[in-house]
Amino acid sequence: MPAIPTLKRLAAIAAASLLPAMAAAQTTEVSFYYPVAVGGPITKLVDSMASDFEKENPGIKLKPIYSGTYQESIVKALTAMKSGEPPVLSVLLSTDMYTLIDEGAIVDWTGLATSADDQAWLKSFYPAFMENSQTGGKVWGVPFQRSTIVLYWNKEMFKEAGLDPNRAPENWKEMLQYAQKLTRRDSAGNVSQWGVQVPSSGFPYWLFQGFTTPNNGMLMNKAGTQTYFDNPAVIDALQFWVDLSRKHKVMPPGIIEWGTTPKDFFERKIAMMWTTTGNLTNVKNNAKFDFGVAMLPAAKRRGSPTGGGNFYLFKKSTPAQQQAALRFVKWITSPERAAQWGIETGYVAVRPQAWETVAMRKYAAGFAPAIVARDQLEFSVAELSTHENQRVTKALNDGLQAALTGTKKPDQAMKDAQREADRILRPYRK
Amino acid sequence: MNRFTTNLHGWLLLLPAVVLLAAFTHYPAVATLVHSFFSTPKSAHPAAWVGLDNYQAMVEDPVFWQALTNNLWFALGTIPVSIALAMLMAVWVNGKLRGRAFLRMAYFTPTVLPMIAVANIWLFFYTPTYGLLEQVTGALGLPSHNWLGTQNTVLGCLIVVTIWKEAGFFMIFYLAALQSIPPSLAEAAAIEGASRWYFFRRVVFPLLMPTTLFVLINAVINSFRLVEHIIVMTKGGPDNASALLLYYIYEVGFKFWDSAYASALTVVLLAILAAAAMGQYFFLEKRTHYQ
Repeated sequence: MPAIPTLKRLAAIAAASLLPAMAAAQTTEVSFYYPVAVGGPITKLVDSMASDFEKENPGIKLKPIYSGTYQESIVKALTAMKSGEPPVLSVLLSTDMYTLIDEGAIVDWTGLATSADDQAWLKSFYPAFMENSQTGGKVWGVPFQRSTIVLYWNKEMFKEAGLDPNRAPENWKEMLQYAQKLTRRDSAGNVSQWGVQVPSSGFPYWLFQGFTTPNNGMLMNKAGTQTYFDNPAVIDALQFWVDLSRKHKVMPPGIIEWGTTPKDFFERKIAMMWTTTGNLTNVKNNAKFDFGVAMLPAAKRRGSPTGGGNFYLFKKSTPAQQQAALRFVKWITSPERAAQWGIETGYVAVRPQAWETVAMRKYAAGFAPAIVARDQLEFSVAELSTHENQRVTKALNDGLQAALTGTKKPDQAMKDAQREADRILRPYRK
Repeated sequence: MNRFTTNLHGWLLLLPAVVLLAAFTHYPAVATLVHSFFSTPKSAHPAAWVGLDNYQAMVEDPVFWQALTNNLWFALGTIPVSIALAMLMAVWVNGKLRGRAFLRMAYFTPTVLPMIAVANIWLFFYTPTYGLLEQVTGALGLPSHNWLGTQNTVLGCLIVVTIWKEAGFFMIFYLAALQSIPPSLAEAAAIEGASRWYFFRRVVFPLLMPTTLFVLINAVINSFRLVEHIIVMTKGGPDNASALLLYYIYEVGFKFWDSAYASALTVVLLAILAAAAMGQYFFLEKRTHYQ
């Protein structure tokens, strides 16, 4: 008769597991998903911050859930929502804002953060980060782990090429001249060292914004319903990128893998690379040579897109959970916590006050490259984001890759991408 | 009464399998077919009947056609070579030779490794200028080439990875089949004075046909099923040159959140696989000799 005891035991387990749930009725549980997109022990950091918060705020129980990459996180959050149990909070790409609104997944922070203190808090972030976080007069995302593109250069190679190792190229013309000096060929024409490398796999549109922004080519409107891929300034920017490899031959040909680009830099195959500030700690630990970090070179002006993730609040949560979530997000973006997060991860601390904290001043004084990303924020613009974001982005990515591999001329590629984007976005233009 | 208990017994024994199959195979397949005739539900608009609209959109979608064409080339590139290699390796390690166990293990290792890990390793093999492949071609004095970053080589590179991964797995089936062929046949053939090639062609190969059929079906399914290496190595690029059908379905379903169109694409994929499996059963069954 083994069945009966087993059943009894099951019932006992069920009862036991119900009890704490009932006891926890007074405390509010806030689950949140967070992705990890850069190296380092991020999960440990999140857990320790969550427990610090719980100590200061008894009555709120945080449940941080590591959810993979950004792409995996939005898949998990949206499928959890469709099955009726979304997280209360989630860190997702700032560019997914329209997708989350269109899916009816999130609520805005403006309606929740009503006190004068809350309103002041929403205004305390860098304006460049807020561009991707609000639409229709409401704030939908709170900046958290945000980044931008910067230029890394190998100082030893600069010296070997007779360049000032402490001066990065200021503008496109200089970057091209530097790259020409830095590219090394043997007598047979084989290249052993490339001047510059801008990755183009996966999400080339983001790096492309590092060309279009300085060239005064905006890619989309604020409402996320219109793109300007076939604008002459945008086509010119693409022409310059394509020419770096196809005409001037100072950048490797074809599509350049994002993931192996830092490795190419460590292996001394490239003298300059464009990549995210999120790689700063990675480069600091792995480059066996002196390196510098600079803002992206200017054309008509300086400029780079921002990137990274915001906090979103899911609709299907109780008022108590929403209040608790607000409290947590305010806490983790407070100047001290934002500074700690920036220092330990390499992300750009999201509000000016964070840079005035003692910890951040000390860090910045010892490691100058950390300030470059902050200073570039002044010139930064929103990352490409529209309704049907990933579909529109793919149209642009396909066009960029076609131009970079030489199967289409830049103007043709951008006209095709624009036509496709127009087709996708038509229903959103009322 | 007795008959009733027997029936009940039978059904109870079947129950777990029936429940699992219905819940995870039959219901999803039917639901997918149904969803493909509706629009994608969004918060403001619930799903509405759209008839064949999703299929109409598919016919007009150039990326779908490219993914399908890529997939056919991918199948054509991987299936015959991996089967031929598997058979060759099996015949070789079936013979009496030194270090046989080690060889068998070496051939089987790629199968054991997770595809994500494999793809990450191969990503560095193909890296321009200092990747393994480039070091070899460089030593031979050939110019550097961006293998994964060029439209006309990227699919070939993925085919090679897949063959490397699959051949060892198929080898195991051939090895098992070879071991079950009685040695008396080889002795009889030797007495009759048949050459080794003749013996292989007229005796071994026909006896391997049931295995070949099984392996062939698996290879066809795999060629439409493997996507992990694409996610790691190319994300379908450059400009969709390495997009396969299942990867495109993933993109449409979980990046564009267009579940209705993804359902329509899935129905097409299911139809292709069903047709391939049936074709193989009907045509090859006749030529297959079961012992």
